[in-house]
Amino acid sequence: MDTRSSERRTSTRESPLWPWQVLLLLGLFVLWHVLTRTEILPPFFFGEPLQVLARIWDWFSTGRILPHLGVTLLETLLAFLLGTVLGLAAGLWLGLSPRAARLLDPYITAFNSMPRVILAPIFAVWFGLGIWSKVLLGVTLVFFIVFFSVYHGVREVSPVLLDNARMLGASRMQLLRHVYLPSAMGWVFASLHTSVGMAFVGAVVGEYLGSARGVGYLILQAEGVFDVNTVFAGVIVLTLAALLLDRLVTLLERRLMSWRPNAQDRGARS
Amino acid sequence: MRADYTAVRAASLRVLDGEFVSLVGPTGCGKSTLLNLAAGLQAPTEGEVRIFGTPSSGLNASAGYLFQTDALFPWRTALDNVAIGLELRGVVREQARERAREWLQRVGLAAHATKYPHEMSGGMRKRAALAQMLILEPRMLLMDEPFSALDVQTRQLMENELLGLWAQARRCVLFVTHDLEEAIALSNRVVVLSAGPASHPIAEYEVDLPRPRDVQEIAMHPRFVELHRAIWSALKQEVMKAHGHAFL
Repeated sequence: MDTRSSERRTSTRESPLWPWQVLLLLGLFVLWHVLTRTEILPPFFFGEPLQVLARIWDWFSTGRILPHLGVTLLETLLAFLLGTVLGLAAGLWLGLSPRAARLLDPYITAFNSMPRVILAPIFAVWFGLGIWSKVLLGVTLVFFIVFFSVYHGVREVSPVLLDNARMLGASRMQLLRHVYLPSAMGWVFASLHTSVGMAFVGAVVGEYLGSARGVGYLILQAEGVFDVNTVFAGVIVLTLAALLLDRLVTLLERRLMSWRPNAQDRGARS
Repeated sequence: MRADYTAVRAASLRVLDGEFVSLVGPTGCGKSTLLNLAAGLQAPTEGEVRIFGTPSSGLNASAGYLFQTDALFPWRTALDNVAIGLELRGVVREQARERAREWLQRVGLAAHATKYPHEMSGGMRKRAALAQMLILEPRMLLMDEPFSALDVQTRQLMENELLGLWAQARRCVLFVTHDLEEAIALSNRVVVLSAGPASHPIAEYEVDLPRPRDVQEIAMHPRFVELHRAIWSALKQEVMKAHGHAFL
């Protein structure tokens, strides 16, 4: 019994999961294909996977998608960077001055619970149909994620570490630079995957509500002429881009957060 | 810490330059409070702290503090952890690292300079913390049960190393511990605190054992045994008070 169960455990560890993940994806495509081909699902509303793939291939082989994808990714990146920096700064500030935090508390709660996507048309009026109205929408989404994780994180900085830094001669500014900021980076990274996703949502939704370029714009155009295949193609391209961004974040995290114990080390340490 | 808890009251304690003084007492008797007062991390509600004769308020700049729990910067390597005190004082980074390397050597961590705290063992982390404190050459060392989390072997090793470092440059040390053997083996003087609240020193013992000492060998010394018995008889009553006679 024992040997068999341990064998099974090693065999699952040895065989990688990705072939199964690819198989699952293929299976879903085949199912989609069969259902629409037999017209159990009307192809007019559900699209046809082969044509969707053909559209994606066409986009990339002619390079026509690239300027649109480039704009969407640029908006995402800017929204992400601006939102993170502002969220980090505000989180540190309010985390360190409880008076200001109490003063602003109702406003923060209000802004956070407000459905901020509604702001998109207003931003479009304020900042035009260019990239900045989308960036700003993304910023309002990213800001609160980063802000809350830093704001709560500041209170959890080890008091012993703070005492130690003070005994070693750290001034108030040096405490910020050498204790609070590095700690905060950990919390920022903890929320990074969510905030990149949110920046992406901000960019695409912004484009969808009014723009002249971007993948969201392509989707909007296709919907206007009931071209469901193109809509699905746009959605798939966006999904792939999101996966890629998430992967990049993971790589960045590994590089910058090498000081953090990962699960493996934690298990080995006694 | 509760604001209304009087940990220490009417406590008077004097540590001479170059002296190694241990504070022993039952848990909750305010040993750490006394240490924090000396460090300036806490301000006394009454009375004053004098550092080398001058009344002190605010942080005690001439003291180094070794904490009970880990206080290394988790995002800095062993080397950068040791260097940080100098960096905070405006020493150029490369110079600070150079001196830090010497100190790592001195505490036996030269081979582990690039390790992060989570990659080090408990003993290694203590050594790094010791170097982090000593690199600034503080005139007084404050230690709050620094070795209590280590296993017995590592602990005795660290105690001997501490004695070695102390012998090289005799600074005054205020060492808090609940381990009476550790206190006697290391110190010139052992101060017994009464049970809290409102704890205060109740007895002092001069430790006239020869130096240099080895913490394992010194424990066999007849004078050690004699001192241990005498101090324990004073300490025992306080420990029992602290536990509300739970053992009786």
